[in-house]
This record gives sequence, structure tokens and C-alpha cells, in this order.
Amino acid sequence: MGTFIQLVIDGLSTGSIYAALALAIVLVNQATGLVNFAQGGMAVLSAYIAFALTNAGVPLIIAILASVVASFVLGAIIERYLMRKFERGDPDTAVVMTIGLLTLITGICAWIWSYNNQQFPSLFPVGTVKLLGAVISIRSIGTTLVILAIVILLQLLFRGTKLGLALRAVAINPQSAGFSGLPVGRLLMVGWGLAAVLGAVAGALVAPQLTLTPGMMDNALVYALAAVILGGLSSPVGVVVAAWLIGVLENLAAVYLPFIGYDLKIAVPFILIFVVLVVRPQGLFGRKAVVRV
Amino acid sequence: MALLELDGVTAFYGAVQVLDGVSLSVPDGGAVGVLGANGAGKTTTLRAITGTVRAGGRIRFAGKDIRGMRSDRVASLGIAHVPEGRGTLGDLTVRENLRVGAYLRRDRAAVAGDVEYCLDLFPQLQHRIRSNASALSGGEQQMLAISRAIMARPKLLLLDEASLGLAPGTAKTVYEAIRRLRRESGISMLVVEQNANLAFTLVESATVLETGRNALTGSTAELKGMDEIRRAYLGG
Repeated sequence: MGTFIQLVIDGLSTGSIYAALALAIVLVNQATGLVNFAQGGMAVLSAYIAFALTNAGVPLIIAILASVVASFVLGAIIERYLMRKFERGDPDTAVVMTIGLLTLITGICAWIWSYNNQQFPSLFPVGTVKLLGAVISIRSIGTTLVILAIVILLQLLFRGTKLGLALRAVAINPQSAGFSGLPVGRLLMVGWGLAAVLGAVAGALVAPQLTLTPGMMDNALVYALAAVILGGLSSPVGVVVAAWLIGVLENLAAVYLPFIGYDLKIAVPFILIFVVLVVRPQGLFGRKAVVRV
Repeated sequence: MALLELDGVTAFYGAVQVLDGVSLSVPDGGAVGVLGANGAGKTTTLRAITGTVRAGGRIRFAGKDIRGMRSDRVASLGIAHVPEGRGTLGDLTVRENLRVGAYLRRDRAAVAGDVEYCLDLFPQLQHRIRSNASALSGGEQQMLAISRAIMARPKLLLLDEASLGLAPGTAKTVYEAIRRLRRESGISMLVVEQNANLAFTLVESATVLETGRNALTGSTAELKGMDEIRRAYLGG
């Protein structure tokens, strides 16, 4: 029983990282209709910014907050000066553009900081607590709680504020939103900025565990995309639940299903995706896109 | 003085010229119709005003040149566009759609009063206030689209085929509400309509477009008297 609880909580913690990245992807997708494959790369860059600041002697929490602010600006700039050029064109071109951006950012990080693994300090103290007979790391609990807090904040932003309402309106129909005076371009910049902030948080939470490398988020991106498909592109809450589910199930499968083990556990989300796409193509929580004819 | 003035307006979709010198003017407090067959350029005329199609010529609103201005800027000057296809925000509730309409306003108390006004104008929306807009019927969506425009307290309302796709009874109800809105608020209106009978219950004058040009312009009484108008648009 102790092992089981431990596996579940650790799974929730890794799932939380996927959740943060998946939420960023959903945020951009809701606003612009495209999947930003560079989201993981942008998160790595954010982590390197925090890393460079701590190396310069800035306290960790300040360094992370500064990188969060820098990421918001960077996300907004990428929308304004890069993605805006593809706004009216073929969406496929824009998606390929984001893949190019991923390669570019990874290259820039490697050029500045090399491909070597860098130690990134953890926000949470090393240590464990005992809970119902299980030994759980404080990092796992902390990571899960941070993501939970972010999900609640996002819900409050989108459901309870004028800015959130405007972001949702622009996501649904930018042209019609413009007729009511909503500054569509500026709101898209805010959307990309918020997504980059989520990525920055994910990067700072995962870096101590994986050590910092330019490709640190590549695996997480794959899991995040799995969570996005499982949860449904239109449902932020669904995406978080799916990410947790993936984190927990892959942990349990690795231990309890001998033929899967640690080597095959990356297959777990894909088996889930396969089943979900066959049974419920709109995702577990997503809404079916209804086209009136 | 004219509130809105179009002079020799041209517009292209790619290489296809859709407007070839459209001129019209809406007096302050007046209501003007734009009639014509499908593809005559009615919708494009409205889109040229709100900057959603690249246009040439002269477009002035309240003495200000607005040609090529971004649509949110045009909205902030006091023009509310109820677009073709209604443009309601499907995943938002009726109340949220109305709040989006009031985005540029800071007078919260008056905004709440205007929500009540819209619900009084369109009582059908009252019990749908918490429904998603996508769950509404076509008529209710049209009512919501007009209400969202009212929420901005515009000086000029651009209405694009408010009767399109509605049952005749519903279309009549919608136009009755628009007439009441005009009486009570004095908002100026530019009304695109294929159904000339319906348009003539609302506007004092109209222009008929043919292949992107003004074919005829006159007062409602004059136009009603013309044989070609009767044959083409009034059903005999």
C-alpha cells in the first residue's frame, strides 16, 4: 500500500509538469487554432534564464519570477513579430514555423549554455514526509500544489475577469470580437505571453529533477501533447486531469505490469491516446466540434 | 450634416473587384438602406466601413477619415457592426456575449441598465441568459447579435441582413424591435437587406447596388413607386 501511494503521488507530480505544458498548448490553441510545438523549447529557454540569474547570485525565487516575467514578454514578442505574419495564411505553415522555432531555440540554448547537463537548484527542500505509510518527497507534493494553484488562478482569470472574458471572445471569433472594440492583436500577445509563463513554471519545476539541457522538455512535450489529445483541446480542466492520469498510470504500469517496466512506460500515454481516439475522438472532456450546414 | 459618408468606395477580394465606386451617406439620426441582389456588394460595403476588407475611395465618420482603420478602433469611435452570419460568440453565455459588447465602457451601472433594456427589447432572451449562444435558435442568435451591438451604445449601427434565414414571423419581430430601438435611442442605422419590404419599414432612404455600383438612390417613397424596384425586390 505504501508503494502504491508513493507511486501515485510521484505520478501526480510528473503529471503536473505535463499539465503545465499542456495548459500552455491549450491556451495558444484556443486563441489561435494552432499547436505551438515550440512551447517546450520556450520553457527550456525560460529555465536557462533563471539558471543564468542564479549563477549571477540572484536568489532562486527571484530568478524564477524574473524568468516568468521575461517569458511573458518573449511570448508576446514571438506572437507579434513572428506568428502574426502567418495569421492570415495557411495554418499548416504556422505549425511548421513553430517546429522551426523549437529547433532554433534549442540551438540557441546549446550555443550559449552547451549541451552539457547543468545543475538547477530546487525550489523545494530535499526531504520526505511520511503519509499513510508511504514515503513521499516534499518536491512531489510541492510541484503538485504549485500546478493546482495555477489551475485555480487560470480558472479565476478566465471565468471571473474582463481580461479573461476578452481572451475567450477573441479565441472564439477574433473578427466578431473586434467589432465590439476588443484589441485582438494585443489580446493574442497576452495569450502567448501567458502560455510562455506556464512553460516557464513547468521548466523551473522539472529542471532540478532532470538537470538542465537544451532538450530537457522534449519528452515532456510528447507527454503534454498526449494529455492535450486525451483531455480534449477545448478543456483546460480536462487537460490537467489527463496529464495527472498519464503521470500516475505510467508510474503504476512501470511497476505493476512487468512486461512494460521502465523501458516501455513512454508507450502508456500512446496506448491511452489510441483507445480514446477510437472511442471518444473529441477527448475525455472536450466538446465535439459541431459544424452547422 | 452626414454622420457617415462613403464616396467612390472600391474594394477587392484578391483580384476580383467587388465594389466599384459606392457612394452613400447616413444623416445623423437617420436610417439608410442598402438593397440589392446576392453578390451586389452590400456586405462588402459594411466590411469596408469597419476595416475588414481593404478599401479605396473616401469613408468618413463624424468628419473623420476612417478608411483602413482597424475594426476595434472603428468600434471605439461609435460604430457597431452586426455582421453577416451574426457573429455571436458560441461558447460564451448570452450574458457574457452582452458583457463583451460593453467591453469599451467603464460605466458599470449604465451597462447593467442596458442589459435590462436588451432583455426588454427581446424578451425571448430572458430565459436564455445563462445558455451558451451556440444553443440558441437562429432568431435568438440574431436578437443576441443586435443586443451585443446595442451594449456598446454606438452612434451608428451597421445591420447586415438581420432577416436572413429567419422564419417570416421571426424576421418581423426582429424588425419591430429595431424600429422601437430607433424610436427610443435615436441611433443612426445603415441597413443591408435583401428583403426590401422589410427594409422599407425601417429606413427613410435607400440605395440599390448592382455589381458593386449604385444603380438607384432615393427616398423610401420614391423607390417604392418605381416599377423596376417593385418587380425586382417587392414581389410584383
